[in-house]
Amino acid sequence: MENLLVAENVYKRFGNFTALNNVSINIPKESIFGLLGPNGAGKTTFLRIINQITMPDEGEIYLDGRPLQPDDIAHIGYLPEERGLYKSMKVGEQALYLARLKGLSRAEAKERLNYWFKRLDIEAWWDKKIQELSKGMAQKVQFVITVLHRPKLLIFDEPFSGFDPVNANLIKDEILQLKKEGATILFSTHRMESVEELCEYIALIHKSNKLLDGRVSDIKKEYKSNTFEVGLHAQDEETLLRELEEKFQTGPARFKSIQDDLKISIKLKEKESSNDLLQYLLSRARVNHFVEVIPSVNDIFIKTVTQNA
Amino acid sequence: MRNLRLIINREYLARVRNKTFIVMTFLSPLIFVGMILLIAYLSMLNSTEQKIIGIHDESGMFAAEFKDGEQVQYLDYSSKSLATARQEVLENEYFGLIHISKIESSFGKPEVEFFGKDTPGFGTVENIEKTISDKLTREQLIAKGIDVSEIDKARADVSVQIQNFAGEQSSKMSNYIKMFFGGAAGYLLMMFIIIYGNMVMRSVIEEKTNRIIEIIVSSVKPFQLLLGKVLGTSLAGLTQFSVWIILGTVLLFGISSFLGIDPTAARSPASAGIDNAMKPEINQLVIDILKLPYASLLSFFVIYFIGGYFLYSAIYAAIGAAVDSETDTQQFMFPIILPLILGIYVGFFSVVENPHGTVSTIFSIIPLTSPIVMLMRIPFGVPWWEIAISIALLIATNFAVLWLSAKIYRVGILMYGKKPSYKELYKWLKY
Repeated sequence: MENLLVAENVYKRFGNFTALNNVSINIPKESIFGLLGPNGAGKTTFLRIINQITMPDEGEIYLDGRPLQPDDIAHIGYLPEERGLYKSMKVGEQALYLARLKGLSRAEAKERLNYWFKRLDIEAWWDKKIQELSKGMAQKVQFVITVLHRPKLLIFDEPFSGFDPVNANLIKDEILQLKKEGATILFSTHRMESVEELCEYIALIHKSNKLLDGRVSDIKKEYKSNTFEVGLHAQDEETLLRELEEKFQTGPARFKSIQDDLKISIKLKEKESSNDLLQYLLSRARVNHFVEVIPSVNDIFIKTVTQNA
Repeated sequence: MRNLRLIINREYLARVRNKTFIVMTFLSPLIFVGMILLIAYLSMLNSTEQKIIGIHDESGMFAAEFKDGEQVQYLDYSSKSLATARQEVLENEYFGLIHISKIESSFGKPEVEFFGKDTPGFGTVENIEKTISDKLTREQLIAKGIDVSEIDKARADVSVQIQNFAGEQSSKMSNYIKMFFGGAAGYLLMMFIIIYGNMVMRSVIEEKTNRIIEIIVSSVKPFQLLLGKVLGTSLAGLTQFSVWIILGTVLLFGISSFLGIDPTAARSPASAGIDNAMKPEINQLVIDILKLPYASLLSFFVIYFIGGYFLYSAIYAAIGAAVDSETDTQQFMFPIILPLILGIYVGFFSVVENPHGTVSTIFSIIPLTSPIVMLMRIPFGVPWWEIAISIALLIATNFAVLWLSAKIYRVGILMYGKKPSYKELYKWLKY
């Protein structure tokens, strides 16, 4: 698949502190890409480099196959983590101003703003000052400003912080809609459930280094350990358990079930297949539950970060 | 360029629409004109007030020498006793009583005392002393047999006619006029820098605390934003100045003609002493004022005004970017104010004394003080090459400071929660 954004061997140092150490990331076109990492890992620095707010010390960034140029800001929409608006300026006025800074004409900006304000049901705010709005309301305005110039690449740094669940869902749907319309989305977040839900690709940055990147399903395949959780019903559970413990590498299982079952997790060796296990179990007991353990992004995140601590 | 125009536009409107700005723009001329009219009114009151001073002259030699004037009237109490005289002056609430003791001969020295409720002004005391000592000197000369009328005839008044080698005449007063023009220009520049430089700084801090800065710098270069801010604010400043000047002039002459107060009376202490004998001097003065090189004065004023304002605004913007709130700016303020104050001091002390002396010359070339000091020197005539060096240095420094400020600005606007030290600022320069 073709990449929209390619970062090659990017380095950035602030004095003695290295913020990015040889980071390379490819973001495929029309995908949702999650940039993960603990606080202070270098995510924001990387996003600022893409937005040309800071320059990398070494390395290249390519957008659509060409090295990044100053004019490319028109193709990028950025919602920074530290975001706000002019307190004493009216909502409509500053939305127009910020849209025109992105290169839209006055009439064009006005038309699109009307569309978006109607769509998010915030038309009544046009003549209000930001200081009269709540934080969540202001966030909606910022979202509109970010996407207004229809950029190819949308960058959201912690987009859901400050939103209540209803509005967070609303924004999530809008993001999915934008993706459907052809935009590529780069996410930076700590909220693993939204990563799990939205992202097709992720990259994990920790202490200035990229530890991991790729398609979420590939990474999960790589991290899965051929382990299955089973729930069994048998006449003599204790004998069965002893038998299983002798034959396989077992551990406790944590799934919930309404049956009073024997719950156990079984790790298979590389050459053993799930079918063999299932056949064996079927001959011994009634199988109520049989699921392969797939690591969550959260698990992968914690595992990778603690391994490299 | 399009973005720069948008930014200038927004910054200008943001300043101009600010409520405090509007109030200050329209209130300041009112306050200013009110003050001038009040001073004029009070000095008119002052000059119409007449003091009555009693004289108790025991020898009867001096009483006749005190002549009534517009502001003073003398009453002779010599025929009464000192105690009665004091009593009467006190009861009538006169200004005071002069007591001159008896002297044996013309060569004696009388004791002079002044009784009064309030301490008399410096001028009054000097006048009393001069009248008595003049009379005494004359009496002593006469007693020695010298013809006083011959001395009066022989008294010669000399007035120096100042000319330069090109034969142009100028008056003694003209130095004050030049000082006035130069000083006003320098002072105006300093005020402008402090007021609007602070405005630039506050607007940078505002963008930081509002957290809008990162949204903006993802669309425009920080340098553009910096430039737009400085330009937009200066345009707002020029607007305010124009309103002040127009409104001030209209108000001053409108109200004063309505109330019948002469605003020039406020300047009376200086002009009060001018009598007919000084007429030629005044004519020369008018010629001098008309002869000042207005075209070059104005163009240099504009050049130094822009150069100086840009230089300092860039520094103000960098400070604004480095801090999180206005209270953190204190440690950085002093180095900005210092050269400005120094410029004004050098201007008012050194340039008046010797416009082309070493101190004046050096400070009119150092870029941080040159806008103020050179503006004060220019009316006195400065060699073109000195101006050229000074302007060239100012422009070069402007570029250097803008470059450095832009670097600090670029890093600073994205730094939160830190109160930077000078050492840290230096590190930012290398990022």
